[in-house]
Formats: sequence, structure tokens, C-alpha cells
Amino acid sequence: MSEPLKSRKRLSSLIYSEKARGVFAQILVTGGIAFIAWYLISNTFENLANQGIATGYSFLSLESSFGISEHMIEFTPADSYGRALMVGFLNTMKVSFLGIIFATLIGFVVGVSRMSKNWILSRIAAVYINLFRNIPVLLQLIFWYTLINNALPSPKRALEVLPDVFFSNRGVLFPVPAEHPAYFWMGVVFVIALVGVWLLRRWALAHRDRTGQTFPYVWAGLALVVVSVFITYLVCGAPTEMSTPVLKGFNFKGGAKLSPEFLSLLIGLTLYTSTYIADIVRSGLLSVPKGQEEASTDLGLKPSQTLMHVVLPQASRVMIPPLTSQYLNLTKNSSLAVAVGYPDLVSLSNTTMNQTGQAIEAISIFMAVYLGISLVISLFMNWYNKKMALVER
Amino acid sequence: MSNIAIKPPSQSGIVNWMKENLFSNKLNTVISIICIYLVVKFLAGVVDWGILNAVFAADASACKAASDGACWGVISEKYRFIIFGTYPADEQWRPLLAMVWFVGLIICSLLRSFWKLWLLPLWIASLIGLGILMWGGVLGLSYVENTQWGGLPLTLMLAVVGTVAAFPLGILLALGRRSELPLIRVWCVAFIELVRGVPLISVLFMASVMFPLFLPEGVTIDKLLRAQIGIILFTSAYLAEVFRGGLQAVPKGQYEAAAAMGLTYWQTMRVVVMPQALRIVIPPTVNSFISMFKDTSLVLIIGLFDLLATAKVAITDPVWRAFYIEVYIFVAAIYFVFCYSMASYANNLETELRKGEQH
Repeated sequence: MSEPLKSRKRLSSLIYSEKARGVFAQILVTGGIAFIAWYLISNTFENLANQGIATGYSFLSLESSFGISEHMIEFTPADSYGRALMVGFLNTMKVSFLGIIFATLIGFVVGVSRMSKNWILSRIAAVYINLFRNIPVLLQLIFWYTLINNALPSPKRALEVLPDVFFSNRGVLFPVPAEHPAYFWMGVVFVIALVGVWLLRRWALAHRDRTGQTFPYVWAGLALVVVSVFITYLVCGAPTEMSTPVLKGFNFKGGAKLSPEFLSLLIGLTLYTSTYIADIVRSGLLSVPKGQEEASTDLGLKPSQTLMHVVLPQASRVMIPPLTSQYLNLTKNSSLAVAVGYPDLVSLSNTTMNQTGQAIEAISIFMAVYLGISLVISLFMNWYNKKMALVER
Repeated sequence: MSNIAIKPPSQSGIVNWMKENLFSNKLNTVISIICIYLVVKFLAGVVDWGILNAVFAADASACKAASDGACWGVISEKYRFIIFGTYPADEQWRPLLAMVWFVGLIICSLLRSFWKLWLLPLWIASLIGLGILMWGGVLGLSYVENTQWGGLPLTLMLAVVGTVAAFPLGILLALGRRSELPLIRVWCVAFIELVRGVPLISVLFMASVMFPLFLPEGVTIDKLLRAQIGIILFTSAYLAEVFRGGLQAVPKGQYEAAAAMGLTYWQTMRVVVMPQALRIVIPPTVNSFISMFKDTSLVLIIGLFDLLATAKVAITDPVWRAFYIEVYIFVAAIYFVFCYSMASYANNLETELRKGEQH
């Protein structure tokens, strides 16, 4: 190479060098993002200062002075905004948890029915899936809410479906055991018994690996839980008093209540999500080669053993990741509660920001909560995938 | 093996078909009978309510008299409002034309024989045409403020513009997520996971409540546009994950061969990787569009008049208040036709593309 070319080469090598361009591109993108962020944030502070809105989260300890119709922890208007958001979070968890359980149950039944050799059963399942999946979930929620409010009678003419179980446009009322310390201790014993069952299972599996003998830990565990909880019930005085709903004036007193808002949200989320779960179950079961089932039958395993030890463990490897993302979707969709007035996290944040004007703070709180839930679930998923991954030679 | 059992030729005929598919054993027979009973009972109820006892005239008193039948009169009375919202009645041909044009364009874009490069300029031109038609103010069209837009055109527009504009953004994010440059990867992952971790309603709240605070004083963007921007950003994160799947499906040898031929990164992407990846991602992109189409109904929560919101408003009319079921069925049917046909198409295409790979 001749001398004068050398300096030109140094410059061009900087342009043509992949590394240099990479560094340059990264600086450019990061700088751009930093500039936009700075621009937006400085605008925001200026606007907030002009409108005289304070920033920060101190409003959380102020008195909320609004009532919440459904709360799992004690709440009065004298409580703080922070506590109101906590109530909302617990309500979100409640409806999501129940929705996930029911959607999974219905989804499994529909998914298996869809695979049935029975033509008409399979068609019904297909119609169910296509119908509830292709209508927006918000429309479904609003429809159920309007239906419960309009089609059901007033509390005075409530339908008594079972003794002391009333359906009216104020929701479903049913009797529950009256408050008593016994139930608290039964709960404590239940949790302890579950830990016992887990230990029992560990021992049983180790015992099987060591000696080849099986121990019926499922039945033994079930007996352990039922007997220990029942003994606690007896020891604590075996309370029999019930709280039953009674019509007083225009409304019911006593008993437990499922509100129209809660019911419509639960029904809508459950039906909508169950269609996706049905498809996941179907593709999961289809993913297990037929030979696996045949081989396990030839080895003399009972159909229930084949299902439990051969088919489901393999199907679950395919099913669990999409199932988790559906559970996450259901939890996120529960934020549509705001449309029917169920006091979930988003709905109460909305009330809070309307009262305090602290929009950025309120939105940031519920976004952070949802992000936290997503993060926890995806960490769990990574752990699970690692645990379940096929061990290849 | 000499004693292979030869399967008897399957017999045709409805009786045999029923024997095989409905009454093959005792359990199946019981299930079939229960199912048939329920289906017949349900269909009979639907026909009775929806057709035989129904009132089709827009006459509220006749509807109230026929208490055990549907009142389709509410639809003939309200359908224009439900579909077009408060768009001026004389000008409703404009959103109608825009809708027909876009539905046609979507159908064309989904047919494989139309997958040519001129689709891109056609889409851009159509979007500009959409703006002219809806807003007006030029070419002798009267100006219609976008606070008057509503109903199905709004729903379609939010979903179509949301997906089309999110498309290039999604591609960039997906490429960024697979980039070897750590900082670019981090930013893209952060954006994608942040957006996918929160519900759409929080993005819409941000667009309606927080976004105005971000802008310098005096600058305002109207609510519809803000919601549209929110939807575009939201969709782009989901599309990015779809495209990532497509990029991962392109065999590594393709990248290596392109590098061996001396192609640059962008050349490799444009000529080698993208044409293969985009084919794979069309079915999941359609599915993503379907979700967006359904999810645009959430804009009613921030006070925009989409198809669901106009339906809700239509039944606040005291005369027709009692017939909310009919109105919701009507709107649900519109959503269903769009979503179901697109989903079936995406399914078929997926099967077809998979078949093509096996050759």
C-alpha cells in the first residue's frame, strides 16, 4: 500500500468498521431516547407547576372520603387513598383468581369435548369457542351486566333458587357460617396440613425410588387435611350458627353477596378466556404422539395412570407456557372492571385521580403493579421451563 | 404376517355415518342424545324468540306487546346511529365509502396473488384518501370535526391504522431485540416488555390523561389522535414479538450464506431474511389485527364513540331501553363476522403455508 492512501484508509476504516458503526448507532439511539425523555419530563414539570398540581406520592396517606362497595379488608371513607388502592388490588386478585380457576375448568372440558369422536359434542364445543372468542370481551361484560340488572327481579321479588339462596338485580345472596374464631384456626390448620401433605409426598416419592413400593399419598394426604381441619372445628366448639340473607325493606341483610358487577366481570372473563384455554388444551393433547399412549397401555398401565404419568406430563410441557400467558391476559383484562363499576385496582385508581388530580402517580402505581405481576409470572415461567425442559444427551 | 385384518371398505350413507360418529358406544349414545335434545331445544327457543314471535317494524308499542319475542324494530330505528355515530346524516356515504374501500383493500392484501410491491404505495395513498374522506374540507366536501366520528368506521379506523402504522415500528423493534448491539437490544426489550406487561386500558388512560401533560404549553392533540397513537405503540410491541418469531424461523444458514456473499446487514434483511420471515408472520399478524379490532372497544372507557359506545348510547333512549339484548346481539354479530372470517382465513393460510414448506 502506498503512503498517501494510509491516512485515507484510517478514516474510511472508521466508517466501514462494523464496530465503530455499532458504537455510533448505540450512542445515537440512547442519546435520542434521553433527549425525548428529558423533553417530555421537563414539559410535564412545567405544566404541573403551571396548573398548581403537586407531585409525589404523599396523597396516598390523605383521607379518601369515598366508599367502596366491595372490600376484602375493612374500609371506610375515613381510610386513606393508599388503603383504597390496596382494596382495589385485592379485588383484582380475587376476580382474577376465581376467573382463572373457572376458565381452566371450562377450558379443559370444552377442549376435550372439541377432540371427542362424538360429532355433535365436538361441533358444540367448536361453536362455543368461536362464538365467545370472536366477540370483544368488553361487549360481553357489559352485556352480562345489563342482563343481570334488567332481567333479574328486584330484591322484593327475588328468585329463591335454593333455600335461602336469592337471585335478584342486586346480585346473588347465599348463607354463610356466622363469624366465629373457629374458622380462623381451621384456616391455620389447613395451611399446616398442606405443608404436611407436601412433606408426605416427598417422603412417598423417595420411598418409592428406594424400595419400589408405592404409598397412596394422595388419599393419605386428603385424609390428613380433612381430619385435621374437622378436629379443629370440634375443638373450637363446633359453631353451627349461620348468617342467612333476610329481606329488610328494599334490600337484603346478612349472608354473603356476589354483586352484579363482580358476577358480570367474572362470567365475561371466564367465558372469553376459556375459549383460548380450550384451544391450548386441544393442541397440548394432540402434541403427545399416539404411540406414547399405546406403549403405556401395552406396559399394563391403567388408563388413569397413562393419563397422569405419560400423557399429561408431556402435554403440560406444551400447554403451560401459553396457559400462563392466558392467565396473565385474564388478569390484565380484569382492568375492564372500570366499565361495569367493579372496584378493582384500575377503577379505584381512576376515582383517586379524579379526586386528587394526581393522574401520573395513580397511573404509574397500577402500571407498576401489573408490570410486577407480569414479571413475577415470567420469572416463574423461566424457572418452570428450565425444570421441565427435555434433558437431552 | 399372514393374518392382517383388512379393514372393510367404509360404508357411506347417513345411517352409517351416524353410527360411527354419534352412536359408536353406550356412552357416546347417551352424550349424543343429551346434546341433540339441548341443541333442538335451544334452536327452537331462538327461532321462536328471534323470528316467529319477533317484531320487525320500528314500533315500540308493538314491541312491548310482543313480550316473548325479539324486537328487531330497534335495529331498523337505530342502525344508522349505531353504525355511523353522530356523523352528519347527509354525509354518511363518506365513512361508508371509506369502510368499503378499506375492507376491499384488506381482502386484497390478504390474497396471495396480490402480494406485490405496489400494495405499499396503495396503502399509503388509501390512508391519505381516508383522511380526506373523513375530515373533508377539500374537494367540495364539507368539513366534519373528528369529535363527530363514531361507530363502525371509527372502530375499523383505529384497528386498521393502528396495525398498519405499527407494522414498520414492530419490524424495527424485532430487529432491535435480535441486534448484537447491547444498548439497542436493551432499549427494545425494555419497550416491548413494558408495553406487553400492562393492560391496554392503562395505555389508553396514559393517552387521554397523561399525554397532554407531556406536550409543551399551548400544543394540544385531540383525543382521537392520542388514543390512536396509544394503540399504535401498544400494537407495535405485540407485532414485534410476532416478527421475532418469524425472524427466528429463518434458518441460520440463510444469514450465513448472505454474509458469505458479502451482503451488508440491511441488504441481508431486505433481500434474504424479510421476504421469508414476513410470509411466516402473516397468519399471526392477522390474529394480532383481530385482537386489536376487538380491543378498540376499550376506547369507550376514555369517552370515544366506537361501535360499542354508540350501541350503549342507542339504548339510553327511554323508548327503546327495554330492547338492549337485540342491540347487543346486532353489534356482537358485526364484530363476529369480521373476526371470524379473518380468523378462518388466517387458519387456512397457515395450513397452506405449512404445506408449501413440506414440498
